[in-house]
Amino acid sequence: MLDRDQVLHVARLARLELNDEEVDRMAAELSKVLDHIEAIRELDLEGVPPTSHVIDVVNVLRADEPEPSLPRDIVLAQAPEPLNDGFGVPSPGAV
Amino acid sequence: MNELIDLTATQAAERIRAGDVDAAELFEAYRERAAADELNAFTWVAPESPTNGLPANAPLRGVPVAVKDLFCTEGVPSQAGSKILEGYRPPYTATVIAKLSDAGAPLLAKTNQDEFAMGSSNENSAFGPVLNPWDRTRVPGGSSGGSAAAVAAGLAPWAIGTDTGGSIRQPAALCGIVGLKPTYGACSRYGMIAFASSLDQAGPFTRDVTDAALLFRHMVGRDRRDSTSLDYPGEIELPRAEDLKGLRLGVPEDLTGAAGGIEPGVRENFEATIKLAEGLGASIEPCRLPHAPQALSAYYLIAPAEASANLARFDGVRYGLRVDGDKDLIRMYSRTREVGFGAEVKRRIMLGTYALSSGYYDAYYGTAQKVRTKIAEDFRSAFDRFDFIVTPTSPCVAFELGAKLDDPLAMYLNDFLAVPMSLAGIAAISIPSGLSDGLPVGFQLAGPAFSENRLLDAAHALERAIGFDGSRVRV
Repeated sequence: MLDRDQVLHVARLARLELNDEEVDRMAAELSKVLDHIEAIRELDLEGVPPTSHVIDVVNVLRADEPEPSLPRDIVLAQAPEPLNDGFGVPSPGAV
Repeated sequence: MNELIDLTATQAAERIRAGDVDAAELFEAYRERAAADELNAFTWVAPESPTNGLPANAPLRGVPVAVKDLFCTEGVPSQAGSKILEGYRPPYTATVIAKLSDAGAPLLAKTNQDEFAMGSSNENSAFGPVLNPWDRTRVPGGSSGGSAAAVAAGLAPWAIGTDTGGSIRQPAALCGIVGLKPTYGACSRYGMIAFASSLDQAGPFTRDVTDAALLFRHMVGRDRRDSTSLDYPGEIELPRAEDLKGLRLGVPEDLTGAAGGIEPGVRENFEATIKLAEGLGASIEPCRLPHAPQALSAYYLIAPAEASANLARFDGVRYGLRVDGDKDLIRMYSRTREVGFGAEVKRRIMLGTYALSSGYYDAYYGTAQKVRTKIAEDFRSAFDRFDFIVTPTSPCVAFELGAKLDDPLAMYLNDFLAVPMSLAGIAAISIPSGLSDGLPVGFQLAGPAFSENRLLDAAHALERAIGFDGSRVRV
């Protein structure tokens, strides 16, 4: 049901590089899972509202007051390539 | 065998408060056991006993707790079982861990888990699989397999894990211990490395139901850092019930019938447990949850969809692994994720991205959310007539390592009986109900949102009647 091109398209959306073997395996495995999942499309769900959250909480608000955040050096200590007091990344120019 | 290890966590807490047991000695006894672990249950063990004074008179003073790897713990490795978080030591601590620490429970160890809590066998961990203490050729269940195995084997007096679609209840069942999945919103999710935010809940793994109540008592409460968390209505009481008089238990044939694929040994045990419940005064009747058989399909759209968004943050920029992208940003992202994520995580990211992609959103994700509404309605109707819904926790006992690794769908079907409760956000507990072919079987009771006190009471009465003895794997 899912072909190689679809797998490559979804992988690109997900920012996931897959090797050839993974693309084939993913196509087969996801197709099998989706075949099983297909069954829910046969239910009559006309007029049923969707549920995105099960517990009734609406508009949880708080006062907008500044609070101390984590020190910059502590946060940057976890970064693979800190640069000039920030997160270093390659140029987003290409592609 | 150290006699300290034979104490339940509740007993140990009482003895420490009474001055009969030394907190440092108890910690060291468990620390030594955890450090000598042969089940691969841990990803990190505390290097020494906490020397600075534990809070005096704290209710859990000195009873160490093991914590699933995905709970961020300041300065302690927290990788959610993933290579992509290699070397990550969070600069902050999850609310639930902070609460337990305030209550006096020191951190003993971090426990192994399926990567990002995705799995039902604990075989999807960057740290390798966990072995089941009942049979080391078998899985402990997942995703909180390390927490379950550690408590069952007496390597920790108790532990916490998370349940998204069965990840507390199923490993508890497969390891012969108690696992509670609380009502969604009962415990703060702040500091839990997210899998599926509308489903994830923290909960206890314990030797008995009383321990589950005591640990849960110190986990609950609204947290301003998690706006989906709620004030728990009332206190969590230690359970006292010795019978089930007047309780109506519903057996949902939509789940326990042929569709559930329940093994004969598990079914036999389930029926025997139902008889015991009847003997304790409960009335048992069949009930309907007509949409529950579709819960697994809805879950395997909703959870991966949420996961695909949550896991977008692992991109090699702020923490963990980075793989070189030949000076190209997108290639750096894609290669980091290719190398850092395991096969199951990639599968779920792909499934979730597909379900959310243009042209498929309504057909998959939208439909799944409607099914979720129907499942919640099914439970509400059932709870008009019944106090609790009961099922086996897992359709099978612990299976052999590798048995389902190449068949994702077969692996997903392990969650058939656990997922409906997760989608409805209700409370459910698994207690050990006996053995089938020498391996533990779990019995699941599910109740309405915030029914934990009643649920724990019923589970306690049933636990007494069952008389399960897991002591022989605490060697």
